[in-house]
Amino acid sequence: MGLSEADLTAIFLTLRLASVVTILLLLLGTPLAWWLARTRSLLKGPIGALVALPLVLPPTVLGFYLLVAMGPNGPLGQFSSAVGLGTLAFSFWGLVVGSVFYSMPFVVQPLQNAFEAVGSRPLEVAATLGAGPLDRFFTVALPLARPGFVTATVLGFAHTVGEFGVVLMIGGNIPGQTRVVSVQIYDHVEALAYDQAHGLAALLLGFSFLVLMLVYGSRRRAGTGMGW
Amino acid sequence: MKEALGTGQLAHRRASIRRALRRQVLGWLLLLPYGGNLAAEEVLVAVASNFTAPMQALSETFQRQTGHDVQLAFGSSGRFFAQISNGAPYQLFFSADQAKPQALVAQGLAEAESRFTYAVGGLVLWSADADRIGSGVETLAAAEFERLAIANPRLAPYGLAAIQVLQALELEESLQGKLVQGENIAQAYQFIASANANLGFVARSQVMSNGVLGSGSAWSVPSALHEPIRQDAVLLRNGLNSTAARELLRFVASEAGQAIVAGFGYVGLD
Repeated sequence: MGLSEADLTAIFLTLRLASVVTILLLLLGTPLAWWLARTRSLLKGPIGALVALPLVLPPTVLGFYLLVAMGPNGPLGQFSSAVGLGTLAFSFWGLVVGSVFYSMPFVVQPLQNAFEAVGSRPLEVAATLGAGPLDRFFTVALPLARPGFVTATVLGFAHTVGEFGVVLMIGGNIPGQTRVVSVQIYDHVEALAYDQAHGLAALLLGFSFLVLMLVYGSRRRAGTGMGW
Repeated sequence: MKEALGTGQLAHRRASIRRALRRQVLGWLLLLPYGGNLAAEEVLVAVASNFTAPMQALSETFQRQTGHDVQLAFGSSGRFFAQISNGAPYQLFFSADQAKPQALVAQGLAEAESRFTYAVGGLVLWSADADRIGSGVETLAAAEFERLAIANPRLAPYGLAAIQVLQALELEESLQGKLVQGENIAQAYQFIASANANLGFVARSQVMSNGVLGSGSAWSVPSALHEPIRQDAVLLRNGLNSTAARELLRFVASEAGQAIVAGFGYVGLD
């Protein structure tokens, strides 16, 4: 297939980005989804809508406003400069921040659905048996919501691997920092290097198919075992 | 009975008046897009993004003079090339380089005789900060900035020219770590305009009109520092039978057209 060294760098960068983003999203998304699933607050509607916004906004639009916000005159840029991080655009961590916004709904929504499906009854039963709130969350709610976590992890990871518009806007195409696989393929196409584009795209396609197949296969097995 | 007949006739007459009116309104609506010129045609043009502003000015004048309707699509030449090779309906292609129109001619997708250089690009070092650039060479050599934006040299002729300038000034190696690349010259401009990059190389046409800098500070790069950025236009297969497309090409090549082009900072044709 003839992958160049630049292609390999892009592949490893993409995997690193998707892993970091997925872990961060699970850490941030779990409490958020838990709150959204159980709250009766008036803020549930607005917060839920805010989380879902990236589903509707075109990625390049989101990316452009992230670029403006991350600039020295934007709110994100002023915040990151104030805490000594400099500006975030054109850096790996800038992409992480952008991707967290962009992939948020793909993690929060499956988790929220899973928590809602668990319902309050198992938790109330656990409470009558003397389990504290943290105990109830970690030993009752989390295991029952496991299918939701599998879906959230896969979707969050896959969506970040396939991300393009946001990265294009805030990346700056720096090898090893911000030049991810999707941008590399785009560059090959734009440079009329269609053979290289085909090779890399086929690899991306094969990888995505394999990951999804493994997860959906294992989910069915896990699901039948748990009586879902 | 007589009365009933009377109202019946009245209703009939009203209905026929309504029908006639409707026909006329329909006729007007159908005629409306032609603006009075029945020979007017629509031309669909693919334009490299660096030529956005001049092309808008050119097509405005052209439409006023001829009554033709010009539809402009702006984007990267590489993407247009891929789209045209796969059947996009554009009739004219204004590329950012010479290679892509040549390749389209070679593929039989464009008319060889129609190809001509419509503009030679001018490069400028630009910053949104009005105090940033005094003497361009000194600003670059001092390197007191974090990010220098260029267009991707592999994809965009302006990016390639920017690299050639850095090579000519023997600064390519020392500035390598500060370079950020936009996919095209429009994105390089965005990076600088949003102050994410302190300065960068863009097309003169993006920051100057009628020789006047719009904002910030700039250094017009001497054309001796890089290969000329020749931009070719070509008539595509879909435009072979369009008189309007040919007229537009002629207009851009004409003295009046080239005067508009020069107003946006393009170097004159030799």
